[in-house]
Amino acid sequence: MDDIAHSLAMIVGEAYFSNQPEEAYFYARDPGLMPPHKPDYVVVPKSVEEIQEIARLASREKIPLVPMGAGLALTGLTIPLKGGIVMDMKRMNRILKVNEKARHVIVEGGTSQGLLKAYLEKNYPRLRHSMPDSPATATIAANVMIHGQGRLTQQYGFNSDMISGLEVVLASGEVCKIGSCSMSPDWFSKGAPMPDLTGLFLGWFGATGIITKVAVKLYPKKKMRDVEIFITDREDLVPDMVYELTHTEMVEDINIFAQPKPMIFKDNHHIAIFITGDTDEELEFKRKMTWYSLDRFIKSKDGGFMGVPPVMKPTLLEMPQRSVSRFADVKKGGGFEYSGPIIMVEKYPECAHKIVELAEKYDLGYSGMARIIGRSHAMMYGFAFTFNRADPDMMDRTRKALHEVSEFALEAGGVFWKATVDEQKMAMEKMDPNTLGIMKMIKENLDPNGIMNPGNWEVI
Amino acid sequence: MYELKFDENLCKTCPTGDCLVKCQYLDVEKKTAVEEMVKIGQGEDSFVLQDCVTCYACEEYCKRGNHPFYLITERREEKGILTSPRAITKQWINIGEPQGKYRLGDVKERVLSFGFMPEFLQWVKGKLFEDVMPSYIFGQEFFCNVVYIHFANTSIIKERLPKVVDNFRKLGVKEVIFVHDECYGAFAHLAPAYGIEVPFKSVHYFEYLYNRLKELKDFIKPLNIRAAYQRPCSSRLSSDQHHFVADIMELIGVDLIERKYQGENALCCGGIYAMAFGYDLAHDVQKRNIDDMVEHGAQYCIFNCPACQSSIGAEVAKRGIKPIHLIHLCKMAIGEM
Amino acid sequence: MKYADIVHRCFRCGYCKFTSDYTDFNCPTYRKFRFETYSPGGRMWLIRAWLNGEIKNSDRFQEILFSCATCANCVEHCVFTFSEDLVNIFISAREEMVNDGIIPPPVRDYLKNININGNPYKEPASERGKWAEGTLVETYKDQEYLFYIGCVGSYDERGKKIARAVGNLLVKAGLSIGILGDKENCDGNEVRTLGEAGLFQFLAEKNIALFRDLGVKKIITLDPHAFNTFKKDYPALDGEFEVYHYTQILAPLIQSGKIPLKGLNDKITYHDPCYLGRHNGEYNAPRKILKAIPGIELVEMDRSRENAFCCGGGGGNFFTDILGGGEDSPSRIRVREALDTGAGIIAVACPQCAKMLDDAVKIEQLDDRLKVMDVAEIVTNCLL
Ligand SMILES: Cc1cc2nc3c(=O)[nH]c(=O)nc-3n(C[C@H](O)[C@H](O)[C@H](O)COP(=O)(O)OP(=O)(O)OC[C@H]3O[C@@H](n4cnc5c(N)ncnc54)[C@H](O)[C@@H]3O)c2cc1C
Ligand code: SF4
Ligand code: SF4
Ligand code: SF4
Repeated sequence: MDDIAHSLAMIVGEAYFSNQPEEAYFYARDPGLMPPHKPDYVVVPKSVEEIQEIARLASREKIPLVPMGAGLALTGLTIPLKGGIVMDMKRMNRILKVNEKARHVIVEGGTSQGLLKAYLEKNYPRLRHSMPDSPATATIAANVMIHGQGRLTQQYGFNSDMISGLEVVLASGEVCKIGSCSMSPDWFSKGAPMPDLTGLFLGWFGATGIITKVAVKLYPKKKMRDVEIFITDREDLVPDMVYELTHTEMVEDINIFAQPKPMIFKDNHHIAIFITGDTDEELEFKRKMTWYSLDRFIKSKDGGFMGVPPVMKPTLLEMPQRSVSRFADVKKGGGFEYSGPIIMVEKYPECAHKIVELAEKYDLGYSGMARIIGRSHAMMYGFAFTFNRADPDMMDRTRKALHEVSEFALEAGGVFWKATVDEQKMAMEKMDPNTLGIMKMIKENLDPNGIMNPGNWEVI
Repeated sequence: MYELKFDENLCKTCPTGDCLVKCQYLDVEKKTAVEEMVKIGQGEDSFVLQDCVTCYACEEYCKRGNHPFYLITERREEKGILTSPRAITKQWINIGEPQGKYRLGDVKERVLSFGFMPEFLQWVKGKLFEDVMPSYIFGQEFFCNVVYIHFANTSIIKERLPKVVDNFRKLGVKEVIFVHDECYGAFAHLAPAYGIEVPFKSVHYFEYLYNRLKELKDFIKPLNIRAAYQRPCSSRLSSDQHHFVADIMELIGVDLIERKYQGENALCCGGIYAMAFGYDLAHDVQKRNIDDMVEHGAQYCIFNCPACQSSIGAEVAKRGIKPIHLIHLCKMAIGEM
Repeated sequence: MKYADIVHRCFRCGYCKFTSDYTDFNCPTYRKFRFETYSPGGRMWLIRAWLNGEIKNSDRFQEILFSCATCANCVEHCVFTFSEDLVNIFISAREEMVNDGIIPPPVRDYLKNININGNPYKEPASERGKWAEGTLVETYKDQEYLFYIGCVGSYDERGKKIARAVGNLLVKAGLSIGILGDKENCDGNEVRTLGEAGLFQFLAEKNIALFRDLGVKKIITLDPHAFNTFKKDYPALDGEFEVYHYTQILAPLIQSGKIPLKGLNDKITYHDPCYLGRHNGEYNAPRKILKAIPGIELVEMDRSRENAFCCGGGGGNFFTDILGGGEDSPSRIRVREALDTGAGIIAVACPQCAKMLDDAVKIEQLDDRLKVMDVAEIVTNCLL
C-alpha cells in the first residue's frame, strides 16, 4: 500500500477504505451516460473528524476529493474526473435532531431521503420534508447541493430554499457553520438577516466544500393527499393552465408529463395536481377550487380532468414515485438520463416540441416531465430518454440528443440543472463575465489547490 | 358505410315529444321538442346540439323506435360540435385501440364477454358462471366502442364495431353473454340501428343471472337488505332488460327501495360529466343521486356498470351505503362472499 | 453465464437495499460493508464488468459475491421486472466461479466436506440420527410423514436441541412421522446457493431416489432451507413431494387445541427466516403458533415479514462466515433491533438463525436480557 492509501485506511479504518479494482470500477461511473474515470481510492467515513482529516490529507498531497451521495444525479457529477479519492457519504446518515415546533431537522451529510421519510412517519407524523422523486437512497445533502426540487417545490421553491443551516468541511479541513447556527444553538435560518453564505457552497457540486450537516425545514403533513390529472392537447395553453392553478395557492405540487406510452398517455399533456387536506371538507374544497380554476379550458374543450384509474393513484401518490425509476427499463436496458433545465414555464410548448423532435430524430423512447417551481416562477423541464445499456449505438444517440437539449435550453433562455461538465463550460462561456469573476474568486479562495471535485466549475 | 336509421316522419307525427320533454337536462315542452328533433333530423342547427349532456336517456324515452340520441350524436360530429375536451376524447380512443393483448379462455359456442373490463375475470369465479366458464373473451379486440357516443364520435364506432363483430365471427360463437351492460346495448341496440349485422345471439348477463339463480335456488339465502340501484347510461340502450334487476332482487331477497331517481328518472353516475363538463354538473348530479339513496334508507347501492362504481362508489361508501356490483350481490346471496 | 442477458438492466437505483418503507438499509452485506459494490446493484454491475473482462475474479470479487446471504431482500424490493431473478443471477455467477475453481477457501472446504462426508461437519453419517436418542421419534418405515432434519439440526449442538423439540412435539401431537437417521443426506440447498450445481444435482437426485424407494409422499422439514429446496428445486428433478415446514403443521394443531398449552408471561419478537418468509411467503404459521400461546405478547421489530432483516446466515454464510464479524455483522444488528422492541425472547423458526442470533446475543453481552428460542422450544416450555 502506498502512503496515501495507508493514511486513508488509518483515518477511516481498513474496512472502509478501498483501492481495489472492484470499487475503482464501480465508483468510476454513475448510471448515466458520462464517460467513466477511475478513482484511486474510495473511502466511506463515519464522522466529521474523519472528513476533516481526509480533506487535510488531500490538500497536503494535492489529490482530488470527490464527495458522493448515491451518485444518482445521472450527469456524471460524482465521477472523479481526475482520479483521487471518492468519498461515499452514506455511512454518515444519522438524524441528529428534530425541532418539532420550529419545524426543522438536522441530518448528517449522507442521510438518505428515504431514511428521513421513514423516521418522520414514525416519530413525527405531522411533519414532512420536500421529497424528490429520485430513488430513496439519494441523499438530502447532495440534493440540496444540486438545488433539487421535490413535492413542496411549487409551494416553497427549490429544496435548497428549504434549508435552515449547513455545516461544511472546507478544503483546508476547517469546519464551518453557515446560518443561525454559526452564532446560536438553533438552526432556524440559513442566513437572513445576516449575509447568506450558503451560496458559497450550494450549486457548487462539492467544489467548494463538503456538507457534513444540513438543517432541512419541515412542513405540516396533512392527513390526506389526492391527485387529479388535467389533460390537454394544447401544449401552448399549458403555461396559462399552470398560471391559473398556481393562483389558487391550494395545490401541493404540479407535475406535467407527456409521453407516447402506454396508450393512455399518448397524444396528451398531463398536468398532475396534488392536493392535501386534514379533513374531507378541506380536501374537497381544494379540489373544487382547482377544478374551477381550469373551468374555462373545459368550456373551450381545450382540456379536461381525466378519470384517474384507481390502480394509477397509488403509483402517483407514493413518495418517491418508484415508477419514475422504472422508466429506465422501458427498453429492457436499465438506462435513462434526463437533461432538466430550469426554464420559464412559458417555454413549455417549445420544450414539448423539442423532445418529440429529438426522440424522432434519434429514434429514442422518451418522457417529457416537468415540475413547477414556485407559483409558476419557473419549471424544471426534464427531457428524459430511456436507453439500453447493452446497446452502444442507442447510448450514443441518447448522448447526442441530450447534447442538443443543452444547446436548445441555453438558446431558450434556460439554465442547466445539475449541469454536466460540458454544460458547465457552456454556461460559463455564456455567463456575464463579472458574475464569472465572482465565481472565480470564490473557488480560488475556498479551494486554492483545486482539489475539490476538480473538473467541475473550473473557472478559467 | 353504415348509416343511422332515423325516420324524421316519425317525429313529425309524434304525439308526445317524449325524447326531449322527459330529458332531465333540457327544459322543453312538446311543441319545441318535436320542432327541434325535426330540425336536427334535417341537419339544421339546434340548441339541443349544444346543451345535451349525453345521458343516453332519450334513446329510451322515444317509444316510436327512433334514435334521438344517436341522431344528436351524428349531427354533432358532422358539425364539429364537441361534447368533451379533445384530449379526453383522444385518450379514450387511444385506450380502446386494439393492441393484440386480448385474452381468450376456452372459447365455446356460448361465451362470456368481458368487453374491455379486466376485473370481470376475477368476478366470474364460482357457481354463478361455472355453466359457461372458462369460455370467455376479453380485450380491446372485443370492446364494443359504444362509449364514444358520449364524445360525439360515431365514426370511430362505425369503423371499429364491424371489426369487433368480425372478431366474434371468427371465433364461431353462437351466443354471447355480455357481462358489461354497454356491450349488450352495442350489439342488441346500436348495431341494428346502424344496420351492422350481428352473427350471434346477444344475451344480457342480467338474464343469464336470473336463470342461473333460479337453478341455484337451493343455495340462495335471502339477503334481507334494502338497496338502491344505480342505473347506468348504457342501460337506456336496453330498457327491455331493466326489469331483470327487480326480478333478481326478488329472487335473492333484496328490498329494492323506491326512490326519486329510478327507472326512467335515473341519474347518471356523473363520471363522464366530470370529464366533459367540469365540476358542477357532475357534483350536482352525484349529490342529488346519493342524497336520494340516503333519504330512502338504502343500505347498499347496487351497481351494474363498474365504471359507475369507480366514479361514485367511494362517495356512496362515505355516506354509509355499501357499494356493491350486482354480480357480487348475487354471489353473496348464494354464500360465496 | 445464465442470465447474462439481464445483468445490464440494473439501473443501480438502490431500491433493493432498503425495506419497503425505507426504515433502514436491509441488504445485509451492504448494511455491513457499506461500499456500493456490496449492494445488489453493485453485484449486478460487477458481474457485468467481470463477464466483459473489465475486472478479474479476485479475492475481493469473491468476497463480494459469496458474502451475499441470498436473503432475497433485493428480490422483494427491486422495482424492475427482472427482480425475481436477482438471487438467481448471483448464484449463477457463483456457479461460473466454482466451475473456474476460483472461490474463497471456506467455500471450497464446505463443498469438499459435503462431497466427502455428506455433511459440512466432517462427522460420520452414523452420527446423523443421534439427536433422536431418548426421544420417541422413530426411524422412517411407512409413516405418513418423513421428518427431514438437515445437517444443522443433525450435527450442531444448538440445532440438535431444536430437532428434539420439534420431533417430540410432532410425536406428542399424534402425527405419524419417521426420520432417516444415518440414511439422511444433505438436502443441498446451500450447495446450490454456493454455486456447485453439479454436486447439488447429485445430492438432490440421490435424495429423490431414496425418498421414492421408501415410498415417501409427505415431508416435514425442520430447516427452512431444506423446505425451500424440496419445494422449489426438487420438482424440476422429478421429485414431487408434499412439503411442509414444521411450523405449518404445528400451527393448526395448536390453534385447534390438539396440543394443550399452559400460559407464558413473556414478551416475544419473531424473526422471519429468509427461506421461510421471503423465499416461500410463509409469515403467518409461526406467528399463529406464538399467538395461540396464552399470555404471550408478540411484538414486531421495525423490520419484519417481507422487510425482515436477514440474520446473515443464508447463502452458505452460516458455514463460510464471509459476511460475519464486527459490530455491523447482520446478526448483531438484528439482536440489537430485537432488544429495541423490549422483548425478552427472539423467536426463530430455523436452526441456522437460532445459532447465528445466539452467538450474536453472546457477543453483544445481552445474555441476561435476550434469549433466542425456536418456536418449538417455546411451545415445549408451555406443554401441560
Ligand atoms: C429516477 C430519478 C428521479 C429523480 N427525480 C428527481 C427529483 O424529483 N428531484 C430532484 O431534485 N432530483 C431528482 N433526481 C436527480 C437526483 O437523483 C437527485 O437530485 C438526488 O437527490 C441526488 O442525490 P445523490 O445523493 O444521488 O447525489 P450525488 O449524485 O451523489 O451527488 C450530486 C452532487 O453533489 C455532490 N455531493 C454529494 N454529497 C455531498 C456532500 N455531502 N457535500 C458536498 N457535495 C456533495 C456530489 O459530488 C455531486 O456533485 C432524480 C434522479 C433519478 C435517477
Ligand atoms: S341524451 Fe340525455 S341530455 Fe341529451 S337530449 Fe337525450 S335525454 Fe337530453
Ligand atoms: S437491483 Fe434493481 S433495485 Fe437494485 S439497483 Fe439494480 S435495478 Fe435498482
Ligand atoms: S440476496 Fe440479500 S444479501 Fe444478497 S444482494 Fe440481495 S439483499 Fe443483499
